[in-house]
Amino acid sequence: MTAVLRAIIHRDLLLAWRRRSDAATTILFFVIVVSLFPFGVGAEPNLLRAIAPGVIWVAALLACMLSLTGMFASDHADGALDQMLVGAAPLGLIVTARVLAHWAVSGLPLVVLSPLLALQFDLDQSLYAVLVASLLLGTPILSLIGAIGAALTLGLRGGGMLLALLVLPLYVPVLIVGAGALDSAGAGMGASAHLLVLAGLLVLAGAFAPWAIAVALRISAE
Amino acid sequence: MSQPTLVVGNVNWFRFASPQAFYPLAGAMIPWFAWLAAISCAAGLYVGFFVAPTDHQQGESYRIIFIHVPAAWMSMFIYLVMAFWSGIGLVFNTRLSYMMASALAPTGAIFTFIALWTGSLWGKPTWGAWWVWDARLTSELILLFLYFGYLALGAATDEPRRSDRSCAVLALVGVVNIPIIYYSVKWWNTLHQGASVSLTSAPTMAATMFAGMALMAVAAWTYAIAVSLHRVRSIILERERGADWVAQLEGRP
Repeated sequence: MTAVLRAIIHRDLLLAWRRRSDAATTILFFVIVVSLFPFGVGAEPNLLRAIAPGVIWVAALLACMLSLTGMFASDHADGALDQMLVGAAPLGLIVTARVLAHWAVSGLPLVVLSPLLALQFDLDQSLYAVLVASLLLGTPILSLIGAIGAALTLGLRGGGMLLALLVLPLYVPVLIVGAGALDSAGAGMGASAHLLVLAGLLVLAGAFAPWAIAVALRISAE
Repeated sequence: MSQPTLVVGNVNWFRFASPQAFYPLAGAMIPWFAWLAAISCAAGLYVGFFVAPTDHQQGESYRIIFIHVPAAWMSMFIYLVMAFWSGIGLVFNTRLSYMMASALAPTGAIFTFIALWTGSLWGKPTWGAWWVWDARLTSELILLFLYFGYLALGAATDEPRRSDRSCAVLALVGVVNIPIIYYSVKWWNTLHQGASVSLTSAPTMAATMFAGMALMAVAAWTYAIAVSLHRVRSIILERERGADWVAQLEGRP
């Protein structure tokens, strides 16, 4: 079982490495969107400090969503997806591996980069750990939920925009709890409650999303 | 495998899971529900606007709740019914269940929109703003987005079987998320702003107010049923246009 998991993750990471510019686009998008906000709202430090958690989280949400469109598309086009569907390995396991690989390529870099962007917004130093922890717990949920949308919109007209319409409303709880962790920690109330809820959501999504992704893939590839 | 049956009063009710059998039944039910909707709506609006007493806190502006509250109830309830039919469709592979789910979606979206619109009309005199990031208002807005996503996915998929089943999966994913969204929005709301005027803290309702609300709730229910049945008939005709019974119905050779 772990052999399947490892093989798929290795394959996806190798593919991502061979097409490095694709992953780089997601990361650059994240950096650029975050950097746009000071131009829009003005560079007043107190204001920037206040909006930093929300801005970074919303940008992470959008970057993650943008990277989802290609999640199954090329495999669907070249027939690799059909092989996965008819293969002996359980589909739930395959999609779990694919989501993990997707997160490692497009979620993890955002987590790593986030303190750098927080620096631009002069976020309080003590909040960096909370920012990284909340994104570390939250971005896998984004990949899990987003994969359901990617599977449902596979090969449809206007797939990208449709995906945004399907997935963004479902991202709301993650955004609220993730950005809320920083606000709560900033107000001196501690972030543990938010981080625990986020961990709970991750467990919930990890348990149910692979099943929904598998069902959606079978429907779309039929 | 023998056919599943559910016999009550000499009728096998599972027969109506077939679009062909359901089409005339729906047609026979529509006038009843439509008339009931018209009558209870007229009566409910009369009671709400002319009989129910003026609220001593909110004045006349509270009367919008006779439209707002039933619409908000229906907006949430219809999503649950949609998810129910989607689940039945995925489990039993019955085409009519999917058709029912997709027939309900536009009505649900309309009720959500009405709930938001009337909520905003009520909010202006009461809260002093057209829009307040109140927990219920915000979760209603996200519910509207969920309806839009459902409708857009259905519209983007040409192949009926795929459209049916992928929309069903989306409805089920949405229904699992609705409580999570509601409680997270509520939590967010309590952290970000103080408590606002809520209907639950309002004085107990007068009997006539309750009667108006009940009549309007009946109107909303029966309207939703009549319109959905009408829409499901159209969907059946569209899907089954190649079938013999539809050709006979339309007098085609």
